Amino acid sequence: MQAAETRNGAVETGSHQVLTFTLGEETYGVDILRVQEIRGYSTVTRIPQSPPHILGVLNLRGSIVPVVDLRMRFNLERAEYTPLTVIIVLSVESAVGRRDFGVVVDGVSDVIDVASNDVKPAPELGEQVSTEFIEGLAAVSGRMVMLLDIDTLIGGDVAGLAAAPAATAA
Amino acid sequence: MALDLAQFHDAFFDESFEALDTMEASLLKLTVGAPEPELIGTIFRVAHSIKGGSATFGFSEVASFTHTCETLLDELRANRMNVSRPITDLLLRSVDVMRDMLRAVQHKSPIDAQRVADLQFDLELAILQKNNAPAAPEPAPVATPPAAAAAASKSAYSWRIHFRPYSQLLIHGNDPLRMLRELGDLGDLTVNVDASNVPSLQQLDPESCFLIWDLRLNTDVTREVVEQIFDWAEGDCELRISEESAAPAAAAASAPAVAEPAAPVAKAEKAAEPARPALSVVPTHDAAEAPKQQGLGEGGSIRVSTEKIDELMNTVGELVITQSMLTQLGTKLEGGVAEQLRAGLAQLERNVRELQESVMRVRMLPISFVFSRFPRMVRDLSGRLGKNVELKVTGDQTELDKTVLEKIGDPLVHLVRNSVDHGIEMPNVRTAAGKSATGTVFLEAYHKGGNITVEVGDDGGGLNKDRILEKARSRGLVGATETITDDQVYELIFMAGFSTAEQTTDISGRGVGMDVVRRNIKELGGTIEVRSELGKGSRFIITLPLTLAIVDGQSVSVGTESYIVPLITIIESLQLKAGMVNRVAGQGEVFWFRDRYLPVLRLHEIFGVKPRTTQLHEGLIMVVEGDGRRVGLFVDDLLGQQQVVIKSLETNFRRVDGISGATILGDGSVALILDVAGLVRVAQQRAAA
Repeated sequence: MQAAETRNGAVETGSHQVLTFTLGEETYGVDILRVQEIRGYSTVTRIPQSPPHILGVLNLRGSIVPVVDLRMRFNLERAEYTPLTVIIVLSVESAVGRRDFGVVVDGVSDVIDVASNDVKPAPELGEQVSTEFIEGLAAVSGRMVMLLDIDTLIGGDVAGLAAAPAATAA
Repeated sequence: MALDLAQFHDAFFDESFEALDTMEASLLKLTVGAPEPELIGTIFRVAHSIKGGSATFGFSEVASFTHTCETLLDELRANRMNVSRPITDLLLRSVDVMRDMLRAVQHKSPIDAQRVADLQFDLELAILQKNNAPAAPEPAPVATPPAAAAAASKSAYSWRIHFRPYSQLLIHGNDPLRMLRELGDLGDLTVNVDASNVPSLQQLDPESCFLIWDLRLNTDVTREVVEQIFDWAEGDCELRISEESAAPAAAAASAPAVAEPAAPVAKAEKAAEPARPALSVVPTHDAAEAPKQQGLGEGGSIRVSTEKIDELMNTVGELVITQSMLTQLGTKLEGGVAEQLRAGLAQLERNVRELQESVMRVRMLPISFVFSRFPRMVRDLSGRLGKNVELKVTGDQTELDKTVLEKIGDPLVHLVRNSVDHGIEMPNVRTAAGKSATGTVFLEAYHKGGNITVEVGDDGGGLNKDRILEKARSRGLVGATETITDDQVYELIFMAGFSTAEQTTDISGRGVGMDVVRRNIKELGGTIEVRSELGKGSRFIITLPLTLAIVDGQSVSVGTESYIVPLITIIESLQLKAGMVNRVAGQGEVFWFRDRYLPVLRLHEIFGVKPRTTQLHEGLIMVVEGDGRRVGLFVDDLLGQQQVVIKSLETNFRRVDGISGATILGDGSVALILDVAGLVRVAQQRAAA
């Protein structure tokens, strides 16, 4: 997990701030510096021929931002979208450059300080559970927070098929 | 203070390349034997400013070469040498060399020293061989007399100005004539010039100033205003300004006396001329310089990076969206205040549209930026091919978006080259066919219905349909007995690797090209069509959108989704009746449209959307054309037409087949823009699978 920590720049500072959010019963965390915006759910425009967890695109102050449903990405049970459903807009480093992505989560909880020492590597859980996008686990006030490596989690959605050359300039 | 000159490099290169283009254009306009002094002046100034700039920045090779060039031009300017075809050719080659040198310096790559040295030698040779004809007197400068200051009688001040320029004044870009003219505008000006220092013609350096002026100005303006005129010349001249005592009285007294000598500046200049004919050299130079300087002051321009303009465009695009959101909200309100709000919103809408148009215009450039390279190209090509070709350009001030402009250059070069190489016949063939020996290549640009049309044509032999067909048959592209329409024949020339040229030249004929031309134009959202008549010539008509940032679109709905179809791709929309659709091999659906069967493309199937109806006769068929193929796109309904701002999906996501981009609608939601050519390809892949 050394590599993951270095990438996040957390080792040097000793601790960093993490935005936590819930999906069902679980709590996840992302580096606060990656968070662009938190907004309520609004209808997205579906994109044809895209994987099911990519819900579509929405208008973020004039730029077109794709939205990923994290429940579907993690194969969790689907939840209804309510006005309380939240989209967190994150900036993701992918193989083809920086991208803004929205993720749909159940709700945003808190911003917490996570000391580097408190981050433990995720245990290998065999082939049934993929943990490559879990950067580490942190125990914060008795609760387990899964720190997400969003570059691995979402970057692949961009890089996978981005090889096709651009045909339109806009 | 140490000044980092490197920061000015970019501006210098930009300006120099532009200036070289001007120089090239002026050289091409020069008439052999009877050169226009203005044009030579323009050409000289380009060489001069590049020399100055490159010397400042330490590009010594460029400076040295340009200096030789300038020397030759100076001979031409002073009429000590005649403008002949070899000389203009030499100068055109010098333009190329200067351009290459600057490019090399810009990219810090080595300069082709041998080529430079060779040409420099040729230039020097030409200067040595000049015909030593005595300098013909140049036409007297026509300086427009300044508007005579009307109210001269009641001036508040009377200034005595002693103005003695040092010899380097002109070199530093100051123009005494301009200063005098400005003074003349301020009030009643009396000019006395002392030309006693002017040397004889042989010793005269046209770049130095030898005149001394004593001026008297009756005016209302203060000393500061008068001093301002000489601001730029500070350090380059001796300047004494003093007030004459008792101004009002003096003004009244001097009024009759002033009446005669207070001639316009130009007259004073002219009066000085006969005394020393050598003087004519200096004012001529200045007179040519003056309009340029005035131009800078009045219709001046600034350089702005395209990024900044793009940002501005984006912001204005957002503003348009926000404004239409507000307008929609406004319609939902009721009551007296709502009425006022709506009026305000309507005003806002107008202003925003105007703003958007203005910003768009900033990005617009005249197509002459592209056209300007053709006179030279046609001249060189026709010379090499031994043909007589005249290029006729019309509408080169037609404006279009810079991005479109940048991408249209190469296709046009190809078409013009084709016209000269294949289109125009050899002179003997032309005379035999009863045409004038000189062929004409047309280049026309004009606006038409929100698009720009560029035509490239020639009065040459035209496309030989039989030969194209024969070639296509021999290559198995068309069946031996199959008959095809003229349009289909012309369509063949756009196929990759198709060429009917009897021999491949280094100019064209390798069959690479027309397909690339069409692809480039398609990528710009444009179309190209061919008209040709055997023996009379052919014409390629290119239609392009004015900008790439905005597209005219038709909204269509499929189920709950709505998509934008670019209007330019739509041929017709129609409703099919039950029974009008046939099945081919039980699979593909086709229907009869005009003169052929077209396949039906069900948008809901391709995009995996649940449609309102799957019955073809309950929805609508939109006949669209992409990649030269027509298909019937099956959608639920047509919604409305609107202009949309194109946003890239790739900025944050990736390319999606069948989608060319996205846009934001009035209600803030996102709609996808269909890529019709992509859809046609998707459909073909499906059919093949």
